[in-house]
This record gives sequence, C-alpha cells and structure tokens, in this order.
Amino acid sequence: MAPANVRTAQAPSADRRLRTLVRHLLPSSPRRAAAAAADTSATLESFPTMASQGSSVFAALAQAPEDPILGVTVAYNKDPSPVKVNLGVGAYRTEEGKPLVLNVVRRAEQMLINNPSRVKEYLPITGLAEFNKLSAKLIFGADSPAIQENRVTTVQCLSGTGSLRVGGEFLARHYHERTIYIPQPTWGNHPKVFTLSGLTVRSYRYYDPATRGLDFKGLLEDLSSAPSGSIVLLHACAHNPTGVDPTIDQWEQIRQLMRSKSLLPFFDSAYQGFASGSLDKDAQSVRMFVADGGELLMAQSYAKNMGLYGERVGALSIVCGSADVAVRVESQLKLVVRPMYSNPPLHGASIVATILRDSEMFNEWTLELKAMADRIISMRQQLFDALKSRGTPGDWSHIIKQIGMFTFTGLNSEQVAFMRQEYHIYMTSDGRISMAGLSMRTVPDLADAIHAVVTQLK
Amino acid sequence: MATLSLAASSAARRPALLPPRLLAARAMASSLFGHVEPAPKDPILGVTEAFLADPSPDKVNVGVGAYRDDNGQPVVLSCVREAERRILGNLNMEYLPMGGSIKMIEESLKLAYGEDSGFIKDKRIAAVQALSDTGACRLFADFQKRFLPDSQIYISTPTWSNHHNIWRDAQVPQKTFTYYHPESRGLDFSGLMNDIKNAPDGSFFLLHACAHNPTGVDPTEEQWREISHQFKVKKHFPFFDMAYQGFASGDPERDAKAIRIFLEDGHQIGCAQSYAKNMGLYGQRAGCLSILCEDEMQAVAVKSQLQQIARPMYSNPPVHGALVVSIILNDPELKGLWLKEVKGMADRIIGMRKALKENLEKLGSPLSWDHITNQIGMFCYSGMTPEQVDRLTNEYHIYMTRNGRISMAGVTTGNVAYLANAIHEVTKPN
Repeated sequence: MAPANVRTAQAPSADRRLRTLVRHLLPSSPRRAAAAAADTSATLESFPTMASQGSSVFAALAQAPEDPILGVTVAYNKDPSPVKVNLGVGAYRTEEGKPLVLNVVRRAEQMLINNPSRVKEYLPITGLAEFNKLSAKLIFGADSPAIQENRVTTVQCLSGTGSLRVGGEFLARHYHERTIYIPQPTWGNHPKVFTLSGLTVRSYRYYDPATRGLDFKGLLEDLSSAPSGSIVLLHACAHNPTGVDPTIDQWEQIRQLMRSKSLLPFFDSAYQGFASGSLDKDAQSVRMFVADGGELLMAQSYAKNMGLYGERVGALSIVCGSADVAVRVESQLKLVVRPMYSNPPLHGASIVATILRDSEMFNEWTLELKAMADRIISMRQQLFDALKSRGTPGDWSHIIKQIGMFTFTGLNSEQVAFMRQEYHIYMTSDGRISMAGLSMRTVPDLADAIHAVVTQLK
Repeated sequence: MATLSLAASSAARRPALLPPRLLAARAMASSLFGHVEPAPKDPILGVTEAFLADPSPDKVNVGVGAYRDDNGQPVVLSCVREAERRILGNLNMEYLPMGGSIKMIEESLKLAYGEDSGFIKDKRIAAVQALSDTGACRLFADFQKRFLPDSQIYISTPTWSNHHNIWRDAQVPQKTFTYYHPESRGLDFSGLMNDIKNAPDGSFFLLHACAHNPTGVDPTEEQWREISHQFKVKKHFPFFDMAYQGFASGDPERDAKAIRIFLEDGHQIGCAQSYAKNMGLYGQRAGCLSILCEDEMQAVAVKSQLQQIARPMYSNPPVHGALVVSIILNDPELKGLWLKEVKGMADRIIGMRKALKENLEKLGSPLSWDHITNQIGMFCYSGMTPEQVDRLTNEYHIYMTRNGRISMAGVTTGNVAYLANAIHEVTKPN
C-alpha cells in the first residue's frame, strides 16, 4: 500500500487527510501488517465517500433556494433598519408587534408541567386519543352524525402540513384517483406536500385578479371538467394567500357539483375561529359537506387559532362511508405514520386537549380567539381607510372584503421588491401581506409605501 | 334534487327524515375506501396495545423499549422536570426554523462528535433537528433517494423492524448484512466482515452506534476498528443510528466510541440521534440528523436540502422537546444531573441483567444464559422462538416481541423471578 498509489490531492487540507490515512494503514501492528499485505489490490484512489480528497458523495449537491415564505423572515431578520415591518409569515402579532401565547394556553401548560403524575411516554401512532375526539368535534360539530355513527377516523399529526402529508400519502396508496386539484393560487407548500405524497397536482381557477375576488365561473368550469373521482383541495375558510372565500350559496353549489361528479373533498382548515371570530361559522363549509353523508378528508391545524405554532399540533380526519371502513382506514394511516416519525409529539396535543375538554377554558379560548380575529379585522379597516384618505389610485375594497390573516394586495413582484428595498416592508413576492403583522403604528407606513409604489411603479 | 339549506341541515341529522336522494346515497353502502384492507399491527407497538388490554394482575410488559423504574413505572428525569419548569415562563411558541433549534443541534453535535470536535469548529456538519430517531432516519433515507438515487442501504440482520419500513417508504432498495450469530447469541464477526467486503464499493451501511436493537450485541472496540478500516478500503458510507447514547454503558462518551473511531479514520458519516431513551423524552420526539461534509459550504448546501425534505413533511419540528434538551445540555449543573440520571438508568438495567441470569441459573436451567449479561443496552435477544414467546404471553401474560427480544427496562426486582420462571418453563427441554 505504497503512498505512490495515492492520487495527488488538490487542496492542502486533503493532503493532510491523505497523510493521516496513510499513517493508519502503514504496518504498525501485526494485524495491520496482515491487512496491508492482504489488500494489495486496494489503492487509496480518491473516491466519493472518503474525506481524504477533494470530492464527496454530496459534491454535486446544490444549495436549495430559500423557502419563499419562511425566507421572507430570514431576510427580515437580517435587515438592520429600525423601521422594518414583517408582513411575511402568517403568525399572529399583538398591537405591539409581539408574538402571543394565549392566557388559556399558558394556564394549560402550567397545569401539565406542574402535574407530577404526568409522564412522557410514546403516544400511540395515531396520537392522543382524547385530542383526536375533541378535534373532530371541534371541526365537525359535537352533534355531527358522522361522529355519532363512528364514521370518522382522526389521527393526530404535525400541524396542518403533517396532516396534509399523511392524508396525501394515504390517498396515493389507497385511492383510485391520483390527481389532486388545488386552487390557483394556494399556500406555497401545498404543491410540494402533495407531489411528495405521490399525487399529481393540477390546479383549478380560484382568484380573479381583475376583481380581486373569486373566479366562481372559472372554478365551476374547472371542477366540472375534472375527471370523476379526482381529489379537490378546499380551504375551509380564510383562503391562503388571497383571503377570498366563497359565500355560503357558492359553497352549496360547489358541494352539489363535487358530489355529482364524485370529486373527493380534501379540506385544509388552518384558521377555524380566526377568520370570522366564530368557530362554528368558520366550519360551515366543512359541515355542509359532512351533512350530505359523503366522504371527505380534513386537515386541521392549531398553529394559529391556539397560537401553538412551534408545537406542531394538528389532526387529519377522514369521514368514511361506514364505521367498518373507518377502522380499516385508520389502520392504514398508521402504516404511513410509523416510518415517518413513529408517533406524534405529546406536548401541544396535551395543551389542546386540556383546553377543549374544560368548558371554562374552552370559553376563555373563544374569547381570546375572537380578540385576535377582531384585531385583524380592525387592521383591515384601518389600512383601507388610510389608503382612501391618501387617495391611492385603485379599488382597495378587497382589503376589507377578504377574510382571515392574509390580504392579497395585488402588488406585483417588482413592486414587492421595491417595498422591501425602499421601505423595509417585507411580504411574499406574490403580494400577500399578513394583516397580523400590522399595528396602528405601522398601518400609516404601509399605506405610504403602497401609495408610493402604486403611483411610481406600474 | 334535494338541496340542503342550513335550516334543513337539522332535519338531515335525523336519518328518518332525510330526503330520499340522500337516503339512497347512504344505503348504497359504498365508500371510496371500501376496498382498503386492514393493516397488520406494528410488531412492536402492537405488543403494548395487547398488554394494555390484558386484565391479568400478573402481566409483565417487556415489549417496547421504554425505561421503567424498579416499580415498573415510567420515569420523568429530574433534569427534565427542572428544564420544563424554566420553560413555563416562555415568551412564545413561534415556529422553529425548518432545520429546528440551533441550540439543540449544537449540543447534539457535541455529544455525538465530541465536545472539542474539529468538525464542529470547521462547521463541516450539516445538521437538522428531527422527529426523534425515526424522523432522523427518514430524513436521511429521503435524502439518499433524492441525491443518491442509485444507492441502497445495507441493514443488519436483525435490526429494529421500523428501519425496513423507513427505507422502504423512502423507496431506497435494501440489502442485509450478517450480524447476529444465533448459536453464540453474539456477533457473527467474520460473516459481518465478509458481507462488508462483498458489498459493491461505495455501499451505504446502517450501523447501530451502540446497544444494537434488538440483539444488544455490539462489536468490541477492536472489531469496530477493523470494520472502519474495511469501510475505508471499500469506500462504504457509514450511517450511524445512535438511539441509546449514555444508555448502553452509562457513559455517553464511551457509547460514542464507534463513531469517534470512524471519524478519526477519516470517514464522512451520517448520524441519527435520539433523546427518547437517554432523556426520557419519548413522546416529545426530540432528535437530530447530522451529515459530516467536505467543508462548510457543502454543509450549508446539504442542510438546505434536508430542510427541503422536512418542509413538505411537517414544515418545522416541535419546539418543546428541543427546548428541554437545549436547556439541560447548556447548563453545566443540569447536564451533570442528567449524566447521573442516565448512569442510574443504565446501571439499573445492568443490574437486572445480572438478576435475570442468576435467577435462571438458580432454577437449574441447563441452557446458557451468558448472553443476558454479555449483551448491552435496553434489550436482550433471548434466543427464544416465536412459539415460546407466544406461550409466555398466553400462559404467563408476559409481553415481548415475537423475535424473543426482551426489553430489560421492563424487568424489576418485583417481576424478575416470575419472568425467569416463565422463561425457564417454556425453554426447558422436555
């Protein structure tokens, strides 16, 4: 094993590593001598898995682009400007611009942590049973016939993302149609979640830039022409990123069309209670579909409405045609979860269960939730008023018509970049702003910036 | 066509008053998922389900690998309780970055690679917080599939059953390598070395860093050095699964020896770490995946790609467990307390191994039970057949996985005699 067989390394550090390696292999013990003698054919040619030379198995690997949504906060954090405003990621902020842990959540956490008999054992693969039952009741209604008939299987997952992924994987394995239709536009992570689940992603018309509202005609046309049985992703309320929701009448038409074509609804509910301030009102669309006896999937998240973002709390429910089917479906969901992360995290789900099971804490939660929703609605009104008072050209009524955390401003990517560079106001490049990031103090700044960018950059 | 208005929805709740169209729909008894087969129960987690369902007062659970104290109770470590107390005043529960808690990652790398590791200083390690060991392995498997699509994974025979599920779902082809020697209930070292030599150059191997699951059989330090050398010759990629650091010998540094040997030899390794057992954080799903890279730039690139795999799976990892880990490991006093508690758990298990073996010998079992004390970590690969295990369950209400794996953590001074007697009864020659 002469060093002469070693290919000349290019970098000095590689040289050093090669010399270390060679030293290890020089006969310094009988075993090593025997090994060296036996291995006459092996040379120290450079090869990807060795650290000893200039390339590695990952040498060709490129750096991934920054996530378009989370990347906004990364850029914001780097900005030294004292007047910067982050309207990027959809996380609630108080009037003071601070994140908020709900009082009822603090109380629940305290109860859990101060209880000496609580343990940290693995949850079952499907998660905390009580959490699952309460979550299903929350979204479907406590008196939902589907629940009473045991036709619902609910599995705790990692927030909305995890619920969507587990549902997508299940469908790719067990459902006869492998295409999912997602609204145009939708949350940036949706296409990736479903593609990696093994589904083919197509889109249906949703947002009308001309009206900044719903392209209902286009939506109905596209769903009508979808192959029978296709999966359709529906935002239960507070559509992300547009804030544009169908009316109840429009939801009814969508429901009838979908049922007549056997299109499978896959609801994403990330804002129940956050949109209108009422948990029941925000669940109306979902409950209409359940009430007709049909099947559907439902991804639920507690990130926003309970402020549990980082705890990753959510649930996937599948409403099935019968209790027997629900049992079998649940068993197959476990097979998706086990090789992904075995069982879901305990902490957040325990907090949710603590709150939902106790009527007094539940009520306190609804009040805090309404307060958050009301502050956002108030920000919408203030921004609209501020733009009106500046005489900013254009129709800005969509700001108060749109619902939930986000407003689709209608700004183009050039204008968005301008806002970032000149005004240190951060939003995603599609012009989506998180109203939760606004305060009475910053609304005028944003209005000024929008005014400037609309009048200067067309 | 019957239209459901909101007013009518209350009528819809009473089946007898359903509009005929909907009644017909219900009666169709069709479901889009009617063809879905019931899945088999997980071989490990299914054991605990069965145990819980058993009403017998004598029942013993030596199935899943979760630590129990000498009263058979689950344990929350004191250092964990203290860390949680400190978390209570926390300002927020905001999203962690996609790659997880930086602090938790830093501390995890120190544990695995060494407090003063040059690789950490040189920022050559791409690391992300992961959903415990399962999540770390899955991220790596998906990463392998995406960036090394021609690669496969060599997995020991036997291994933790979920390893097969993970790489299968990642669609990475699997092969096995010889590991366990049933006759000696030890390591089949020559078989292992042969398989390493015969695998194509540049193969990927899944190695248990310490306390092999399910066998409890670990290579000696000398053997690890030979394995590492052969890996160099063959240019294999070593992926370490370290779920029991500290839990095997009681000393985390000692339990990381295999990894350190490979690092000294110049390998670029991957490593999955878990705090489920050694910090008792099972349900919190706290872990870390790391990959040692060529240089800092590559580490940044690799980390960014790992994040791209996590984002469509769960966006970002859970914060609570990460906070607990980083508070404990960052505070010298708490870390000292943790080290003591880990040693305490490891020592109790070592003590139970001794007790089980002594009990079996006292009962006059003609078989050799040396492997109980030779093996290390949470599990003992007893050598019992599935039929014998079934008898243990059906006749004695003792629950373990059918491969004969006993979780020693479930053995107590209170049940060791009962367990020994039952094992003796089902294994004694007739």
